[in-house]
Amino acid sequence: MDVFVDALGEALRLLLSGDPYLWRIIARSLQVSGGAVLLGLLTGIPLGTWLGLARFPGRGLAVALVNTGLALPPVVVGLFVYILLSRQGPLGGLGWLYTPSAMISAQFVLAAPYVAAITLAAVGSVPPELRLQARALGASRWQALLLHLREARLALMAAVAAGFGAVISEVGAVMMVGGNVQGETRVITTAIMLETRRGRFATAIAFGLILLAIAFAANAFITRVQQAQPRRRRPLTS
Amino acid sequence: MRRAGELLLRGEELRRAYDSQVVVDVEAVEVRAGEVLALLGPNGAGKSTLMRLLAALESPDSGRLLYRGRAVSRDDPELRRAAVAVLQRPYLWRGTVAQNVEFGLKARRLPSAERRARIREALGTVGVGHLLDAPVDTLSGGEAQRVALARALALEPEILFLDEPTADLDVTLRRQLLADLEWIVHHSAPAIVLITHDPGEAFALADRLVVIEGGRIVQTGTPAEIFEAPATEFVASFTGAEFMLSGRLEEAEEGTVVIRLDSGHALECAGCGEAGRRVRVAYRPEDVALAPPGSPATSARNRFDAKVARLRPQGGLVRLRLESDGLSLEAVVTRHSLEDLGLELGTPVVAQIKAAAFHVFPE
Repeated sequence: MDVFVDALGEALRLLLSGDPYLWRIIARSLQVSGGAVLLGLLTGIPLGTWLGLARFPGRGLAVALVNTGLALPPVVVGLFVYILLSRQGPLGGLGWLYTPSAMISAQFVLAAPYVAAITLAAVGSVPPELRLQARALGASRWQALLLHLREARLALMAAVAAGFGAVISEVGAVMMVGGNVQGETRVITTAIMLETRRGRFATAIAFGLILLAIAFAANAFITRVQQAQPRRRRPLTS
Repeated sequence: MRRAGELLLRGEELRRAYDSQVVVDVEAVEVRAGEVLALLGPNGAGKSTLMRLLAALESPDSGRLLYRGRAVSRDDPELRRAAVAVLQRPYLWRGTVAQNVEFGLKARRLPSAERRARIREALGTVGVGHLLDAPVDTLSGGEAQRVALARALALEPEILFLDEPTADLDVTLRRQLLADLEWIVHHSAPAIVLITHDPGEAFALADRLVVIEGGRIVQTGTPAEIFEAPATEFVASFTGAEFMLSGRLEEAEEGTVVIRLDSGHALECAGCGEAGRRVRVAYRPEDVALAPPGSPATSARNRFDAKVARLRPQGGLVRLRLESDGLSLEAVVTRHSLEDLGLELGTPVVAQIKAAAFHVFPE
């Protein structure tokens, strides 16, 4: 038990001291996972919206595939992205292996299905008549679609949280394609593994606390947005 | 009443089917400037689908839509601006009442000052000006319905479609909204297309009616035309007519025609057509006049000595069933007349129907 208490104290000291080793890794984690989620949003929201609203043969299968994407094991994604980016792989020419770009790619593959699946459910929960009513008031197809997404925005926030949560805490994929190179591709999760193996529990716990804090902050932010009152603009009564 | 004018919208040979079931199949519908057109029919008749086709919110499987003589599609920007529809349920989006009403004005890229003026005016017109900054999730059902209406009125449309505007409201709210609608239809959009399953609402508000049954138009005409000469049994019963026994048209003296009912009664009938046909006979309970027994004859050619067999209050009116020697008649009187005539169950009474009050349909 002493080991644990000592390690916790040391972890707090490390965090408060502003150790550059620590902060560089945190920054890299945020950069990689943030980039992956951003790309996931850019592809997952259009894909989820399309699957949620369009009706075409084979849609059921496409939805099932997206939902399967929720259960993708990070290690397997890491493996496939590794093969793609390896020197003999089809994308080997990019020279991305063991760079943050490779890590973003792998985490993007993990995040996109989360975003798409939640978007799909979110747009499906808004009654289609709402878009029809928007059209009936003179809105273009785009304006009506944007309104539809705006109505689903609370659920879409959940997509951001789910996507971010799925990738910030995964270790398998970033380990395989990033290689845990110090100062380059070491992120919080891979650092925890390494420090634990080295027996430097205090550092590992410090990283663990930070990971928890990031996950908490992200979800707290989203909860706040979801619980906020309907936005009030400048009143028209003047 | 306003006079119908220029032809704005014309649907031709419009057909629409869902899962191979034909929902709408109409040869032609026209909407003219300055008229209130009611699409009247029972639930499931295809009224709302026809409205969506006419408002270009949905494409027909076949047929075409003409706006000012020009064939148009769903994305025609001119028609999108001209035709505005209020769907059956008030689909309001998150935000305030003002933001909702502003939606269509923004889509039309109106300057902010004009948007604000129009929002105020539209909300004032439907009597909810005080709700300007209220979040929509605090509104009652009736308020939401009015905001949905204001959202459309603010756009000053050329053609306004209203799909069952009073459907979800309770009786009081319904009466209020009807009164407001009556004002609105005569003061706002040049053309209004009112979708309703309620003949009373249609007769009260419309200049012209299109009666729909099973996706097809069964009659088009003014309220008076449809009331006085329903084209089919469906139109007659849907607009409140009662049916009697069937009978046969027979030649009577001086070239007049009587209906010989299967019960043996003879009814004098004006304009019922040639003798020899078997017919179903309809009349409106409102056309049955009641008088005390022994009262002098009137111009009504059909006179029955009857007894009151049933009394059923309907608001300020009372609906009566009268029995006369095997013939059943429905009549409607005010509570006042009921008292004046001293009518109770079993009271004798004279029922009179004019010869022109019968509608006959081939059996």
